[in-house]
Amino acid sequence: MKIIVAGDGKMGSTLTRQLALEGHDLTLIDANSKALESTQERYDIMVIQGNCATMDVLQHAGVKEADLLIAMAGADEINLLCCMTAHAMNSRLHTIARVRNPEYTQQIYKMQDMFGLSMAVNPERQAAVEISRLLKYPGFLKRDTFARGRVELVELKLNEQSKLCDVALNDMNNIVKCKILVCTVLRNGKAVAPDGNFVLREGDRIFVTAPSNELAVLLRNLGIITHKVKRVLVCGGGRVSIYLAKLLEKSGITVQIVEQDPERCVNLAGLLPHARIIQGDASSELLLESEGISNCDALATLTGIDELNMIISLYGSSCGVPQIITKLGRMNNKNILENLSLGSIISPKELCCNIIVRYVRAMQNQTGAARTVYSIADGQAEAMEFLVDEHTQHCGKPLKQLRLKKNVLVACITKGVQQEIPNGESFFSQGDTVIIVTNGDRVIYQLNDIFE
Amino acid sequence: MNYKMMGKFIGLLLMVESIFMLPALIISLCMGEYNSVIGFTVTIVVLWGLGVLLRLLCRKANKSFFAKEGLVCVGLGWLIMSLLGCLPFFLSGVIPNYVDALFEIVSGFTTTGASILEQIEGLPYGILYWRSFSHWLGGMGVLVFLLAIPLGGEGGSGFTMHLLRAESPGPNVGKLVPKMKQTAQILYILYIALTILNVIFLLIGGMPVFDAVCTAFGTAGTGGFGIKGDSIAGYSPYIQNVCTIFMLLFGVNFSCYYLLLLRQVKSVLKDEELRIYLGIILFSILLIVWNLRGYYDTLEETVRHTAFQVASIVTTTGYATTDFDLWPGFSKAILMFLMIIGACAGSTGGGFKCGRALLVVKNMLRSVRQLIRPQRVQVVRMNGQAVDEKVLANTNTYVSAYAIIIVVSFLLISVDGFSITTNLSAVLACFNNIGPGFEAVGPTCNFASYSLFSKLVLIWDMLAGRLEIFPVLILFSRTTWRQR
Repeated sequence: MKIIVAGDGKMGSTLTRQLALEGHDLTLIDANSKALESTQERYDIMVIQGNCATMDVLQHAGVKEADLLIAMAGADEINLLCCMTAHAMNSRLHTIARVRNPEYTQQIYKMQDMFGLSMAVNPERQAAVEISRLLKYPGFLKRDTFARGRVELVELKLNEQSKLCDVALNDMNNIVKCKILVCTVLRNGKAVAPDGNFVLREGDRIFVTAPSNELAVLLRNLGIITHKVKRVLVCGGGRVSIYLAKLLEKSGITVQIVEQDPERCVNLAGLLPHARIIQGDASSELLLESEGISNCDALATLTGIDELNMIISLYGSSCGVPQIITKLGRMNNKNILENLSLGSIISPKELCCNIIVRYVRAMQNQTGAARTVYSIADGQAEAMEFLVDEHTQHCGKPLKQLRLKKNVLVACITKGVQQEIPNGESFFSQGDTVIIVTNGDRVIYQLNDIFE
Repeated sequence: MNYKMMGKFIGLLLMVESIFMLPALIISLCMGEYNSVIGFTVTIVVLWGLGVLLRLLCRKANKSFFAKEGLVCVGLGWLIMSLLGCLPFFLSGVIPNYVDALFEIVSGFTTTGASILEQIEGLPYGILYWRSFSHWLGGMGVLVFLLAIPLGGEGGSGFTMHLLRAESPGPNVGKLVPKMKQTAQILYILYIALTILNVIFLLIGGMPVFDAVCTAFGTAGTGGFGIKGDSIAGYSPYIQNVCTIFMLLFGVNFSCYYLLLLRQVKSVLKDEELRIYLGIILFSILLIVWNLRGYYDTLEETVRHTAFQVASIVTTTGYATTDFDLWPGFSKAILMFLMIIGACAGSTGGGFKCGRALLVVKNMLRSVRQLIRPQRVQVVRMNGQAVDEKVLANTNTYVSAYAIIIVVSFLLISVDGFSITTNLSAVLACFNNIGPGFEAVGPTCNFASYSLFSKLVLIWDMLAGRLEIFPVLILFSRTTWRQR
């Protein structure tokens, strides 16, 4: 597919990487020729220097033949103008714009057609939604939902007290006593597809699929004590914090926001009547102590500086905060973060990238495309949800008779309202949804791609 | 330094070369030329074996591949390709001296067309074919070919850009379409189509098939190896004119043809480099025709020979229809100027390149204006777009390297005792990948009389000229080979 990406920032280059790997024809537009040059040297793409919202530049980028435009420039207004212009030049074009300013949310929703937008993405809002979901089930590092929220893929880290240490997967059912499946294990920074004899060890991060209603049972049986989160300490008063505070207010969770800029604090106080806004330096231990860091239920470090977020999270973990969420802007060196107790790591950029990749795959493959795609295990594995339709091969055959590609796992089959964690006898039939987990570089576009 | 990745590429390069040698082997077999059959068979086996071995050894290459690796890969690749590609000449006994054989094949791959052979008629057909085909292969670049086939490019990564940049001529190399593989394919499809068109036009003129194919290879790569001692002089005026036109066509930036296919005629006509290229050609023809009045019998003959020689020199092909060494001094001076200027960037021609010359002149004018008004801020524009300062700096560096190499090579080969004109034109003809020079290396003579040392110098010049200096120069830098 011919795709134009406007804006070679952090988000743009993450997208470029992912889309170039999937083999699309990419043209990247940015005003900064230095950034473009270094991106071009890494990926097989074409670059154009210029203002992405001008007709000239868009024409040069081949907007007339393009299938999709993704506007990821710094300013919302430029992104919208870019999409409007491009859509006027090519009415078949799909457009995705990043719009971050909460003030625009409403008009985007109402005037989507006027802007020529196919989809608007908001990384900060996405991150806030993700964080609020994590806070509902403390204990999991990450939660991805499938089948309209009926099935979840959760990430757990095994610490030394975990009951699962030194347990083979075959014997796991005796401990957890519920229907779950370990899809992927991340050990020493490498994703492993485990079989029944695989023995879990301390320090492993495991990715488990389970029906949503079993999550509480799972946590209880694993001995992870969870109590409902009632008070969250949020460091940094950026956009993510605003969205998060609004979401948490609805579920009756008290939010405390620490922000350094006094003007911003006044602003926040106006926007969030129920939140407690504290003006001060979030890196000061004294301040955090006085705001009760040691007895809050969760800590979310959402400042704009990665290093600061990491340090506050580490401090929080030393104070014994049960759940910690760290926002990171750049995720280039994930494996060095492995051994730090940063809790759940949230990257707005990556969340947004997942959404767009999902959109691109759906475009490419109108029928039979994955309904949901999540990248798990630091991007080394992918979990996808497919609908079994009339084109799907091997309907009704038990899984043990099927020859699946290497590193492909059928993680869950949903039949109507029933979820089934599959074994060798399980089968899928038309109308079911299946969740597939793949380890490795191979991209699965269609359900039929999993068969050998 | 990522040796394994380079090994992978060079292994593939050797395998491709051996495949390209097969037609020559078949021709030799059909003509019953047993010596060349042996030469080609041994070379093909050696190339294939080494290629497979290299690829086996370098299976597990990691993908860190940067500008340095790209440059070294191209420089080394061309060197190895030439060292092995000359084996058929040597093994078949056509050229008994290995350095002479190397000179001949380097001259072929770099599309120079300078020969050390005294007698061309009567050579085995297989050898003649391989000689001409080496022009075609070297013209667009072998590594570009590798990028066009599925084995070469690794999906999604951008390092292939370094290879394209290192092998394709011009100050500012870019892709035509987002994907490198498709860019390379488009270039090769255009190249093949134009070559076939050339063959057809030559056949219409009644040229024998073998001659037509070999001449077209020489024209397409802007090489200049003829299969006759008197180059194109013996053929009909129609064939000479066809050659003139096709030489000029192959001297045009190939992206212009791509734009024409996309029906963007306007942007092609507005291309500054194309305009200056055509302007220089027209102006040179007019001046030489004026200078040559009375030299040939008819005006038609004068214009035909002038146009042919101008096209041949400016595109750095090196075919000849007449001995231009006998022309008056002014005409020869113009030809010498054309030798340096060369064809367009992104074409198969060599030389300094019109586009680069334009940049140098524009940059110089800017500096002069800057002297008059020191506060003035100016940008150099090309086709209406501001040229990046880095490109200008690189172009200036290129000028210096270009001048230094010419001077040093000139001094080195002067030891042999030929006249100044001979030596200077020999260096210019080799470094700019033209072929014939003046006097002792004129269109009717050859390079056989130079000493072994001078030949090695000229071989180096040819490679440096074709690859635009830096990929060859970097092979001599100690930091290139040092780990970290």
